[in-house]
Amino acid sequence: MADLFTILAVTAGAVLFLAGTVGLLRFPGTLARLHALTKVDNLGLGLVVLGLMPQMGFLAAAKMLAVWLLVQLSGAIVTQILARSVRGGGER
Amino acid sequence: MSAALLFWLAGSGLIGLSVYGLIVNPHPLCKLLALNLLGSGVFLLFGVIARRGASAGLGGDPVPQALVITGIVVAFSATAIAVALLLRLHTEAGEASIDEEDGQP
Amino acid sequence: METGFDIALALLLLCVGGWSVIARNMMTAVIVFIAYGLLLSLAWVRLHAIDVSLTEAAIGSGATGLLMVIAAHKVAGDTKRVVQLSRGFHVLAAVFAALVAVGIAALAFVLPGEPSSLAAPVLERLPDSGLGNPVAGVLFVFRSFDTLLEKVVLLLALIGVWALARDADWGGVPGLRLFRERHSVLTLLARTLPPIGFVFAIYMTWAGADVPGGAFQGGTVLAAMWILVMVAGVRRPPRISSPPLRLAIVAGPVVFLAIGFLGFLAPGAFLAYPEGFAKPLIVAMETALTLSIAVILGLLIAGPPKGEDAP
Repeated sequence: MADLFTILAVTAGAVLFLAGTVGLLRFPGTLARLHALTKVDNLGLGLVVLGLMPQMGFLAAAKMLAVWLLVQLSGAIVTQILARSVRGGGER
Repeated sequence: MSAALLFWLAGSGLIGLSVYGLIVNPHPLCKLLALNLLGSGVFLLFGVIARRGASAGLGGDPVPQALVITGIVVAFSATAIAVALLLRLHTEAGEASIDEEDGQP
Repeated sequence: METGFDIALALLLLCVGGWSVIARNMMTAVIVFIAYGLLLSLAWVRLHAIDVSLTEAAIGSGATGLLMVIAAHKVAGDTKRVVQLSRGFHVLAAVFAALVAVGIAALAFVLPGEPSSLAAPVLERLPDSGLGNPVAGVLFVFRSFDTLLEKVVLLLALIGVWALARDADWGGVPGLRLFRERHSVLTLLARTLPPIGFVFAIYMTWAGADVPGGAFQGGTVLAAMWILVMVAGVRRPPRISSPPLRLAIVAGPVVFLAIGFLGFLAPGAFLAYPEGFAKPLIVAMETALTLSIAVILGLLIAGPPKGEDAP
């Protein structure tokens, strides 16, 4: 049961990674590319972490969750900064 | 094919690529980048040697691994000095270029 | 399955490495190089060298990449003038590079059949030092002289970078000014991340005695936090003439040397640890080293001191 869940979640995550990477390479314009990239950061990595959690002990699962949260924080902020610099000037 | 052999081949390919880049890229920063790539390829060869020495329950020989760690830090120090030199050259001359004759277009 | 992963990883390494060599735009080349460093740290995991993998990700990819990004940003205008090399020269260089690669690859097949390894002797004597991580054991016990000199190399590099300052700027503030305007989002990151980073860096240094990690990796995480704080403008970089800063820079090497000379008193050799005190001495050394490494790395990236008016 846990194995099935892992396979499903990690596969879904991998599909998102693939889609996001294709988007990053093919989308026109930085904002559209950022849009593709954020899906990978949030949902793709989240699904992979979620899928791997049942395979780990409690401590390792908590560590992976912390990794995901940190990626959320840095990803969201870096995306904001990039988007603002694309729109020109940033805030004054 | 073992993983060790595979990464040996990758390491030698990377060394070849960076030697090419080192020769043909005119900008010093590109040369510096190629030099770092060259270093990482050599480190990878070290890693394969360490992996071949796996014994006594360890995944690899720790001595070459420790040498590579020291090497990475020393490579970083050298890069830092090179970047500082390059930026100083850039402020003095208006551009960081290392050729003398072809400098003026 | 695992072989398939290794093949894909090796090919990807070659492609990404090649891309960073031939990329036309310098900033592209540098960013591809950072991605390459992260892939390379995956390869180190596959070679069962977790300590090296952490070092590669932190220093080889992160710190070196940051230095290069700053440099590429400053010299971005230089790409306009491209030296035209003749096609024949390119072909000649490619042939030469291919010969080098093939020659080194061929060495794989003439390596001595029975690999020699120091793993068993290291493991045999490791318990005497109280450490559990064999790589840390090699770094701080069996080859500690190397590690001491490597710290001196870092120190010399910093002196070299500082020496490139103009006379008028000597003793001033390092010239790291990426964001002139205050960026509220970046400020948020620079206020929330450092506490987490500090705890993580201390954990990494402490755990490095028994599991992969250690003073380098912990120090790099600390340095990254400091750079984030400086770049976001939450705190200005300190003047390089400030005595506390200089004390932090030399703390690691000085403690290392002091413990080394202490070895003359008790067991009777340089860098030898007295019986039973190896672990506490190594931990003391690593603590001081983490601080020094963090400060030196941060200052190396921040660059030589620069006056307010210089661009």
